[in-house]
Amino acid sequence: MYVYDEYDQTIVDQRVTQFRGQTERFLAGKLSDGEFLPLRLQNGLYIQRLAPMLRVAVPYGLLNSTQLRKLAEITRTFDKGYAHISTRQNIQLNWPRLEEVPDILEHLASVQMHAIQTSGNCIRNTTTDQYAGVATDELEDPRPYCEIIRQWSTLHPEFAFLPRKFKIAVCGTTEDRAAIHAHDIGVELVANTSDEIGFKILAGGGLGRTPVIGAVICEWLEKKHLLTYLEAILRVYNQYGRRDNKYKARIKILVKAMGVDAFREAVEQEWAALKDGPTTLTTQEIERAKTFFTEPAYLTLDDSVAHSALKSQTDADPVFANWVKRNTEDHRVVGYRIVNLSLKATGFAPGDITDTQLEVVADLADRYAFGEIRTTHQQNLVLADVQMDALYPLWQQLQKVGLATANNGYLTDMICCPGGDYCSLANAKSIPVAEAIQSRFSDLDYLYDLGPIELNISGCMNACGHHHIGHIGILGVDKKGEEFYQVCLGGSQAKDASIAKILGPSFKQEDMPDVIEKILGIYLELRTEDETFLDAYRRVGIAPFKERVYAKAH
Amino acid sequence: MPRLIKNGAIVEDQWQPLNPDNDGPASSLQILSLAQWLALDAKSGQAVQLEPGETPDPLFEHLAEIPLVAVHFPAFMDGRGFSYARELRERGYRGELRACGQFLRDQMTYLHRVGFDAFQMADESELGEALASLDDFSEHYQAAIDEPLPLFRRRG
Repeated sequence: MYVYDEYDQTIVDQRVTQFRGQTERFLAGKLSDGEFLPLRLQNGLYIQRLAPMLRVAVPYGLLNSTQLRKLAEITRTFDKGYAHISTRQNIQLNWPRLEEVPDILEHLASVQMHAIQTSGNCIRNTTTDQYAGVATDELEDPRPYCEIIRQWSTLHPEFAFLPRKFKIAVCGTTEDRAAIHAHDIGVELVANTSDEIGFKILAGGGLGRTPVIGAVICEWLEKKHLLTYLEAILRVYNQYGRRDNKYKARIKILVKAMGVDAFREAVEQEWAALKDGPTTLTTQEIERAKTFFTEPAYLTLDDSVAHSALKSQTDADPVFANWVKRNTEDHRVVGYRIVNLSLKATGFAPGDITDTQLEVVADLADRYAFGEIRTTHQQNLVLADVQMDALYPLWQQLQKVGLATANNGYLTDMICCPGGDYCSLANAKSIPVAEAIQSRFSDLDYLYDLGPIELNISGCMNACGHHHIGHIGILGVDKKGEEFYQVCLGGSQAKDASIAKILGPSFKQEDMPDVIEKILGIYLELRTEDETFLDAYRRVGIAPFKERVYAKAH
Repeated sequence: MPRLIKNGAIVEDQWQPLNPDNDGPASSLQILSLAQWLALDAKSGQAVQLEPGETPDPLFEHLAEIPLVAVHFPAFMDGRGFSYARELRERGYRGELRACGQFLRDQMTYLHRVGFDAFQMADESELGEALASLDDFSEHYQAAIDEPLPLFRRRG
């Protein structure tokens, strides 16, 4: 993974010093609430319902074991002993004290971490595929480009006060695990007709109040032009994006208002002035970035030996066999597998992890996965490089700390924002709804029979829980002071991205498990053999679901 | 006389602030609104102030003859002026580029980096601290007006 040199460390350290000064001025009454607000947001600090919330950046979801141990220590010393993985692969602390935040940042800086631009109207943490570098369907590792974008976007002087927040995602695989269609800018590594790898650039995607699938504005861009092209897009947006209404300020509204072709033309015009300038990437810089994402010291293993050894273990222990089947994935390298650690055990808020769990994962990563951990936008963790003969002891130790729930990609592996329990923006709670649904569908055989289903819950229109792109989406709404829940169906975050359709009038919280059960019952009845929920929905449409969910009982 | 930061020092302002209602003949040291400036036949030596939404495009063909462009920040969250400054400098503007209005000292690094060399704050008592804030950061990743090479072209 990327390692800071003295330049990176200086920038992060100076930001800590600057933020300490800002906090002191605020506490001394020298900065107003209104002035401190964007300054603290640009450093990931929200003032929430019960306490501040600090969002720590995890660039493109990559962590080492030292960082994980530091996070455990921070949650113990400054918080309540747990942290939360966000849908943008970041880590949130729910209970820090405002006056201690500069100290937390100093601790983070000591392990090459920070909270820069994890909120505010600026370029946010760049996200990518959690299986980057190990996926079997990868054209090229996206992480060097994520790091290049991270550096370019960090404290960018021109784009720190944009009309609204700005999110970039990069993917390099056939299957899109980074939801690039739902981002302000989506970057995809693609080959042109002469087999040279470059970037396809999408713009104007996003969720929130007005969900939009991003439009392709450049089919193929030579690698060296990545940053100048991004700069041109941002410059058009910074000058022409709406600032009169925060709900119409995202780039998606600008792209829609101008039309994709006119927007592309404006970008090309700006780009003409920037193209081939000093920000043009050098081969040397691309190679330098790549040196941080080289292969770990894989052993040369025999495929059939590895498989037969694993088979004898799975034959002997069906619970282990099931976990291997559900929570591990094929790896690019013979004899290795990708392991998903589920943070979706019933009874725990989705995406939460305790200090002890963080430390156990750090130890396991050191022992079995080259000391590296990834966070996912599904709010889980990944150990990307586990030797097949280490799966059994790894699983046994994960079980002891509640990290071996075998539900990866199934209904109970839901995305869920912190909701009304924590967030001051929320209209409704999300965690209790997630828990009620998890409790209702705790029967694993039923879950597996349902097949892969993405259920996403947001506590408000801001859509942090990505409800628009869940196969089943749930949105908390406020109706005259009471919390209700709207259900939508048919969203997808994959390459065939789609925005979910609203089923109909909203439901009370206590009715949600019944509603979901009805929807799933209808699917089970309607599906043809091996048809997933999403495929069945796409075939039959929303009508049969609507009709029967709202049918009066006779 | 009002004071401001110019080229790294606190100095007295030689210019008269914008007066949008003044449609008489402009004094030579009067900062003009874009509309007033556009209406002039002889633009040489006349200073002009841009408001958010007034893109600098009409200035581009006169850059050599403008001594001062002021960019107004009526609210510090409105970041359009950052792009205006950079556009002007990238197109070769060499005169005074002044930020005025409600920006914060915390934005000094960014303002300086995109090409502003003069800073007129709503509250003059903050000028000293704002001047100190120019030194908040000693290193930067991006190419900008103050440092034409990105860090990746300078890294040893």
